[in-house]
Amino acid sequence: MSTAPVALSRSAMRARRRIAEGVEPKRPWTFWVLATLFAGYVLALYGPMLCIYVLSLQDIRGGLVFPMKGLSLHWFIDLFTQVRTGDVKGGFERSIVLAVLVTVLTVVGSFLAGLAFRQRFKGDGVVFYLMIGSLVAPGLVLGIGIGLLFQYLGIEATWYTSALGAHLSWTLPFGVLVMFAVMSRFDRAWEEAARDLGATRWQIIWMVVVPILAPGLVAVALFGFTLSYDEFSRSLQTSGSLNTLPLEIWSMTLNVTSPSLYALGTVTTIASFLIIGVCLGAIALIQKRRASRVAD
Amino acid sequence: MAARTLAQRKQITAWLYASPLVIVLLPFFVAPILVVIIASFLENDGFGGMVRHFTLANYAAIFGAELTWRLYLSTIKFAVLTWAATLVIGFWVAYFLVFHVRNQLLAIGLFLLCTVPFWTSNIIRMISWIPLLGKNGLVNSVLLSSGAIHQPLEFLLFSDFAVIVAYVHQLTIFMIVPIFNAMARIDKRTVEAARDAGASRFDVMRFIIVPLSKNGIALGSIFVLSIVMGDFFVVKVMSGGGSASIVSALFEDIAVLQYPPAAASAVVLLAIVVIMIALILRTVDVRKEIAR
Repeated sequence: MSTAPVALSRSAMRARRRIAEGVEPKRPWTFWVLATLFAGYVLALYGPMLCIYVLSLQDIRGGLVFPMKGLSLHWFIDLFTQVRTGDVKGGFERSIVLAVLVTVLTVVGSFLAGLAFRQRFKGDGVVFYLMIGSLVAPGLVLGIGIGLLFQYLGIEATWYTSALGAHLSWTLPFGVLVMFAVMSRFDRAWEEAARDLGATRWQIIWMVVVPILAPGLVAVALFGFTLSYDEFSRSLQTSGSLNTLPLEIWSMTLNVTSPSLYALGTVTTIASFLIIGVCLGAIALIQKRRASRVAD
Repeated sequence: MAARTLAQRKQITAWLYASPLVIVLLPFFVAPILVVIIASFLENDGFGGMVRHFTLANYAAIFGAELTWRLYLSTIKFAVLTWAATLVIGFWVAYFLVFHVRNQLLAIGLFLLCTVPFWTSNIIRMISWIPLLGKNGLVNSVLLSSGAIHQPLEFLLFSDFAVIVAYVHQLTIFMIVPIFNAMARIDKRTVEAARDAGASRFDVMRFIIVPLSKNGIALGSIFVLSIVMGDFFVVKVMSGGGSASIVSALFEDIAVLQYPPAAASAVVLLAIVVIMIALILRTVDVRKEIAR
């Protein structure tokens, strides 16, 4: 009856001995199965995207599917010069400005809310569940509500008023959730030490809390920017007469059947990667400076 | 002037810190939802306006129509299938990264590799399936030339299959991140102790890893389910108009300025999402989980 456990523990002991002797234990068969699954997942994640980047580089004969026809930047020029593809340039500019506004407000708002949620306060549960509600509410429903509200109040819906608010109702809760995770690693003893040394409340925040949390705040900024830059369903009813970029892409998916669409995909992805690069670079720089300061 | 106690001052400070969040949520979440709820009880004048007259006709129309039931069924079908697929893939990818990749730096690198596409446009990632799955797409041409099939597979694009593929492609990351976080906190010595005490690998999975990852699974499920339930873009593009979801039907109503029926449908959808999330939240304290 007890043979199986004994056999198992003997094999475990053998594994131990192998580790002690500096030999890595043999990988179980599940490793290879899961490694294959992981490789398949990454391939499915990146494969299709790479396809459209490649296809966007075709020349004028190009179509929507492989094989490639020629190699040129024709569809990129087409994208920014043709009227029939819509106001891509304007949409691009508006989306960037809106995303920057959203990013700044999200970073400030989530940082302060993160400070608030470190202790329990009256009504904190209500605020928390409102936040979760705002996060899970269908974007289009919220957009319709905001659109109707503005209509009722007689305020014109524009991308920098109603759409800005609609985006914030989604990026702020997301940012606060990230702040929760960031704050959980913050030791309040640092703050107390600063207070004991005579720092005022604002000095504590500016000179202790913000510098320590800086990498987390950059992460919140990255969330804020990309969530707003890509947001579609919340913008649909709230942007007024001028389109943001995702709305332009949406109308293009319905009308345009040329590689222009893929060229737009390539352009927006390059923009996304620039933002990711800047943010990761900023985090790395902060960490490096911190490490060198400790070394001094 | 009476001096405020320290506790009272702390309360006021906390509220001041939380005020920007509240100032955004009140006009851009609470008020719009109230507007939608009110609109759902108003009469439609047929010209894009609303008559201020209380009626339940919008709700009666929703529950009376066979179409609605089909829409809800199809949306729930998409939600459940996507949830199941993202859970299976997300769980095993996270498990692989945490328990099978021995070099921690490599594990973090591979984890970042999974998250990068999240920062790029969802719409573009969805469109990128077209050159692959289309009738003359890559998958079909490879299968045709290999002789596995003789007719191009039609179900690949503009079908329910394509919708699920696009959802899984976009949303698996929402499962991987919280499950990865939960698993990374499992003390490896617990697993070792169980193995030494004679537990099989299956027992370790059943009694240690799954229970300790439960919170991450719940968090991921909330994201995946709420996004699929609220989506209409993926359904519209990837099904080629062949399938509909609750929100896509609602969008059609809005397009012809039928606000009250759309609002009623939105309220029913909200109720379903809230019930779903509440059921999940009963099993896990999200706030404690995230702050941990």
